Amino acid sequence: MSIAIRNTWEHFAHGADIGVRGIGSTKEAAFEQIALALTGVITDLESVRPDVAVPITCEAPVDDLLLVDWLNALVYEMATRRMLFSSFAVAIEDSRLQATARGEGVDRIRHEPAVEIKGATFTALRLERQEDGQWIAQCVVDV
Amino acid sequence: MDLSLLTRKSDVEWWIEPHGGMRVPGIIYASEALVKDMDAKVYEQLMNVATLPGIERASYAMPDAHWGYGFPIGGVAAFDADRGGVVSAGGVGFDISCGVRVLATGLTMQEVEPIKKRLADELSRSVPAGVGSVGRLRLDAGEMDAMLTGGARWAVDRGYGAAADLERIEEHGCMTGARPDEVSERAKNRQRDEMGTLGSGNHYLEVQQVVKILDPAVAAAFQLREGDVVVSIHCGSRGLGHQVGTDFLKRMAIEASTYGIALPDRELACAPIDSPLGQAYLGAMRAATNCALANRQIITHLVRRAWAGIAPRADLTLLYDVSHNTCKVESHQVDGQTKPLFVHRKGATRALGPGHPDLPPVFASIGQPVLIGGTMGTASYVLVGTSDGLARSFASSCHGAGRSMSRHAAVKRWRGRQLIDELAGRGILIRSPSPRGVAEEAPGAYKDVVAVVDAADRAGLSRTVARLEPLVCIKG
Repeated sequence: MSIAIRNTWEHFAHGADIGVRGIGSTKEAAFEQIALALTGVITDLESVRPDVAVPITCEAPVDDLLLVDWLNALVYEMATRRMLFSSFAVAIEDSRLQATARGEGVDRIRHEPAVEIKGATFTALRLERQEDGQWIAQCVVDV
Repeated sequence: MDLSLLTRKSDVEWWIEPHGGMRVPGIIYASEALVKDMDAKVYEQLMNVATLPGIERASYAMPDAHWGYGFPIGGVAAFDADRGGVVSAGGVGFDISCGVRVLATGLTMQEVEPIKKRLADELSRSVPAGVGSVGRLRLDAGEMDAMLTGGARWAVDRGYGAAADLERIEEHGCMTGARPDEVSERAKNRQRDEMGTLGSGNHYLEVQQVVKILDPAVAAAFQLREGDVVVSIHCGSRGLGHQVGTDFLKRMAIEASTYGIALPDRELACAPIDSPLGQAYLGAMRAATNCALANRQIITHLVRRAWAGIAPRADLTLLYDVSHNTCKVESHQVDGQTKPLFVHRKGATRALGPGHPDLPPVFASIGQPVLIGGTMGTASYVLVGTSDGLARSFASSCHGAGRSMSRHAAVKRWRGRQLIDELAGRGILIRSPSPRGVAEEAPGAYKDVVAVVDAADRAGLSRTVARLEPLVCIKG
């Protein structure tokens, strides 16, 4: 009997900064979950309305670099559009990622954003499928 | 950190003897208590840095060292281009040229106390801080490149501050060798609305009082007296610097093997100094340094304007501006030979002693001010560079208290609004858009800055001059 894998995300401790982790039944789901964890570093996810869709694409020679690229693409879109995202749909084919991130403009009163993210790092970087079929995507982000 | 792994050279100097692939020893300057509290990752990262090609003398950790990216934060390493030395994006960090500047106000505690609340409110309104904030300045492509080439000098030319400020900024306010053409469009896009913004995280703008003078002669030369009020600004190169770090970390990680460099940790991503990629990074990193210098200069202008509206008698003069995430070319003596080295300081402050030729005339006989940021509830320090520092750590010292607790743990332990109330009870006014951000930056989440500064002093890296305590803190 197979055990259903729950898609979820969490943060983990790092000395100066913070780790983000996505867990999913597929690689794509793990990428979506880690993106939720990324927003969770900044604000309460529940407070962000998924009103506006932003297309995102990135490419990297290996999968774990693609993960870092994905997070850095989100950091870039958040910074230049002054938005926060709370919903993600990711498709990965070979070394290319196509995604839609949905969110809204930063509302400093409602979102009370805690900290901006400077970039995703290679520290504690992990992208792997575990024996039970669960995908883990994680790294530390610099804040 | 396990002390048994180290050779104790003195109360404040500990060595990792070279072993495995280490080309030089690792040297930690810290008290026994600070070393014990250091993450074991600092040990591993110091060893990894010591394996990089062309490293000279040692891989150093300052007293506030903690787990960083590739390099420990509080790490110093110098490389010789002629011996295959490297430049590392991880060795400089994401927030290129992040640093601290301190301004005298010409006012005393007695004069500022009655206007403190108005000052806090006005500074909070005047200086954009935190996620989603934008500066009032928009740069077109030409101005962006001029800023990246000119640094604080560009800002002064545009009316932000005075020419007299420039002598009191490292590199005289302008890093030469900047290559705006090596800065990606994405990096420039991130910066377009962010000039003159403070950022978030551990960045701050503080009004502080000088509570104790520890070296009267040097303090007098720095024009610091007990009871004086000063302003400290801690921030960096904003979105542009972060993106330059991101761009080159990836490029260096991918291309390192083509240069025959085996990276023990991908975050140590680097390239030979004399390679096209190494030169491209140096050009972009220097442009980002100028962005940080221009940013702090614009914020200084905003701060002066805010003070002028409330306390017209205030005269905000710059003591000094230091950067603590850098790679600079400096002349150093190694084995009796003077040669140019590429000195990486990742969370470490340059601390030139008296007589050093790179000092501005105003500090030539004293040494440079070394500005150490604390937390919103403890203290910051002004130190001075020493002559001994050159031989000990390539003239480097600590940069701050250094975190002792993760943000994750801090948020679980403290509530932002409660902290703000507690600090207000102690006469420290906090202005921040985010209570959670305040909790993450709780004073208790940092190491004891007194222990850090004391270790830097006892190790001869720099000498303590004055203790500053916060009155007002603006956080992003």
